[in-house]
Amino acid sequence: MSLPAPVDLGLAALVLGLAGWVITTSATYRAAEGFVAYGLVLALVWVRLGSVDVALTEAALGSGLTGLLLLRAAARLPADDPAETTRPGPGVRVVAAVLCTAVAGALAAVVLLLPEPAPSLAPAVAANLSATGVGNPVTGVLLAFRAVDTLGESIVLVLALVGLWSLAPDDAWGGRPGFLRGPAAASPLRFLAQVLPPFGILVGIHLLWIGADHPGGKFQGATVLAAMWVLVLVAGLRQPPRVTSRPMRGLAVFGSLVFVGIGTAGAWLAGAFLAYPEGLAKPLILSIETALMLSVAVILGLLLAGPPEPDDAAGVRS
Amino acid sequence: MVSVQWLGGLFAGVTGLGSTLLLVPVMLPLAGLLLAIAFGGRHPRRIVLALLPLGLVAAVGIAAVVLEADAPLRYDLGGWAPPLGVTLQADGLSAVLLLVTSVVMLAVGLYAWPGFGVPPGSSETRTSFAFWTLLLGVWGGLNLVFLGQDLFTLYVALELLTFSAVPLVCLDGRADTLQAALRYLLFALLGSILYVLGTALLYGQFGTLDIGLLRDRLAAAGALPPAAIAAAALMTVGLLAKTALFPLHLWLPPAHAGAPPAASAILSALVVKASFVLIVRIWFDLMPALLTRSAAEVLGVLGAVAIVYGGALALGQARLKLLVAYSTLAQLGYLFLIFPLATSPAGNATGEVLTGGMLQLAAHACAKAAMFLAAGLIATSLGHDRIGELAGVGRALPLSVLAFGIAGLALVGIEPSGAYLAKTLLDGAAQASGQWGWGLVMQIGGLLTAAYLIRVFFHALSGFARPPALRARPARYQELLVLGLALCSLALGLLPPAYLAVVTVGRVAAAGGGLP
Repeated sequence: MSLPAPVDLGLAALVLGLAGWVITTSATYRAAEGFVAYGLVLALVWVRLGSVDVALTEAALGSGLTGLLLLRAAARLPADDPAETTRPGPGVRVVAAVLCTAVAGALAAVVLLLPEPAPSLAPAVAANLSATGVGNPVTGVLLAFRAVDTLGESIVLVLALVGLWSLAPDDAWGGRPGFLRGPAAASPLRFLAQVLPPFGILVGIHLLWIGADHPGGKFQGATVLAAMWVLVLVAGLRQPPRVTSRPMRGLAVFGSLVFVGIGTAGAWLAGAFLAYPEGLAKPLILSIETALMLSVAVILGLLLAGPPEPDDAAGVRS
Repeated sequence: MVSVQWLGGLFAGVTGLGSTLLLVPVMLPLAGLLLAIAFGGRHPRRIVLALLPLGLVAAVGIAAVVLEADAPLRYDLGGWAPPLGVTLQADGLSAVLLLVTSVVMLAVGLYAWPGFGVPPGSSETRTSFAFWTLLLGVWGGLNLVFLGQDLFTLYVALELLTFSAVPLVCLDGRADTLQAALRYLLFALLGSILYVLGTALLYGQFGTLDIGLLRDRLAAAGALPPAAIAAAALMTVGLLAKTALFPLHLWLPPAHAGAPPAASAILSALVVKASFVLIVRIWFDLMPALLTRSAAEVLGVLGAVAIVYGGALALGQARLKLLVAYSTLAQLGYLFLIFPLATSPAGNATGEVLTGGMLQLAAHACAKAAMFLAAGLIATSLGHDRIGELAGVGRALPLSVLAFGIAGLALVGIEPSGAYLAKTLLDGAAQASGQWGWGLVMQIGGLLTAAYLIRVFFHALSGFARPPALRARPARYQELLVLGLALCSLALGLLPPAYLAVVTVGRVAAAGGGLP
């Protein structure tokens, strides 16, 4: 509450304005760009609300990665925008607008009616955090108290990858993903792709390491690692692996498998599935986070790289 | 005798695990999924077929323990009790649903064995890899939905389910199935967003996500706060979109009819039931105060419209798989009649009504899976599934047509099918509470079901003199498997009442008793 209210008012106006622009603009590509900006402003809102972890995730995944996916999709759409030709009639749009406004209004009213101060589990988390050995309550919740949700979400990511791959033509199975194959890369991009990754990898590891006690963690670190890999792929320095590549698949499920393995060991050694033996909680949590970071980075990169394409279409490049 | 003793020993060993048993239905498929992806090649199919029987054993074990103890089984994950931690719980509903899921899954897995193999000379194919891994994802997601006791964990379970179910729809890669899958994805994601919005509101109001704790705090609060009503509305609408109740049903027929038969069977028999079960959890377990006559009647009317509308549209379909898909719309409608019927002013009929609803769910799951699988056998053998050109099929594929017919009869609700017993229970509740209108809707629905099935039989059983030339003959074991599934649905009504009592185990306000 140190900054004056005008900052918050300005942010709120900006969020609403950008959201409105994304909805009303008719050009798909520009709407995707607007979405990226919207996500970044939303991240600032989270910072103002004191949720730095959420802000980092919103900036990295909500704005960065999702924005990249949307931009890629928009760029691949044919020039004569099919969204234009199948636009619903005015009647449908009015009904949709009225319904959306009513739901948003009701939600706003209900949120204002919520009890103040909000009932929260934060004190209970703080009181029990010492048992987990980590200092960041968000990490404590994600890897100890509600570990099952994190495990589930990491498997959802794996399933998203299978779902994406399943969209490939039959004869492309065994081929390499082709979305990130640009034209022969210009030299500045190649240069960037050679210089930036070492630093990016350091930043990713740093985000993971501080995540135990401060805002940060595997998802944010993984996004940075994935960005570095994607940069290398786009610049054409390396080719994405084939979908049948055993090492790549092993890496993609490695994090979830380590999670399941440590969780199962907990059933014997600590009395419950997903529990950690006394004194070993922090090293085990860090092991899971490290393994998950690698897997999430690989999966995010592969999601951006798209479904496999037949070898002749991929055009083998040296 | 040796085998009986061996079974007895196995059973004692399984049930001796107690609440640890709850981990098996969730972690078996999910760990199998990860291994299937890592190994790839011919392994995913082997992993699925090795795990499915184990899942069935675990489900039988859980049902036996729950019935024996007459109390729910609970397991605190990570050793942290709610509100801080997350708990898994198997009450009577969960036990029944786990059992139905593992039976249908096992049948579908065996059925799909030849269709989704890796041909010799190839190391891995797209359809084989995707089908078996996604099947494991659906299985794990379903089981977590049935066992989850925490609203956010249930959201994760719904995500597991959605992300595995949607790609199954467009597995054959045709443009129209891709469109159906995209529409399904949009409806399902809209449902997820509404569900998680409601979850956030409930946390903001009560500071916990555990269903049991929330129920206590809601009861202590007296009148429902606006946030709770808004949350219930959002979550119910979101889950209705996933369940495809009228008028949010538009995505279902093309999606269920376009998927490969084995996938259609899973989607129609099980996946749409998961979101229905969550609606039951919200209305019966989380906020019993919601279950007023006027609120429940909204759901009942939607169900009634679905019964008539889905039945009428099924009657007009030209293709067999689309007919079966529209029939699902109608059959889902029956499930929503339990809401108004459970609000009997005369006395507490919740136990009977829920038992009837679960019987209808189980009977429809087996019958609908059998119908889709039989339709798949017929379509593969003929090369098409146009109802008007089915003449002679009854002679060419007698077992498949018989299986389809028995499943259809079980769906109509002839004695002793599960649907018959379900309708008897629901009708009894309707009469007892003076809500005879719902009974009438059920009768009309039964007539429509009979009508669209007779249309199929009329064509399939004509032209015996000139059976059509078959492109391929289905494996005999596949036909027997489908027949077995159909007979399961038909024989469900023969279950002794003592077993049916498992449904009401763990119901807080269940009156129980009164079963025929």
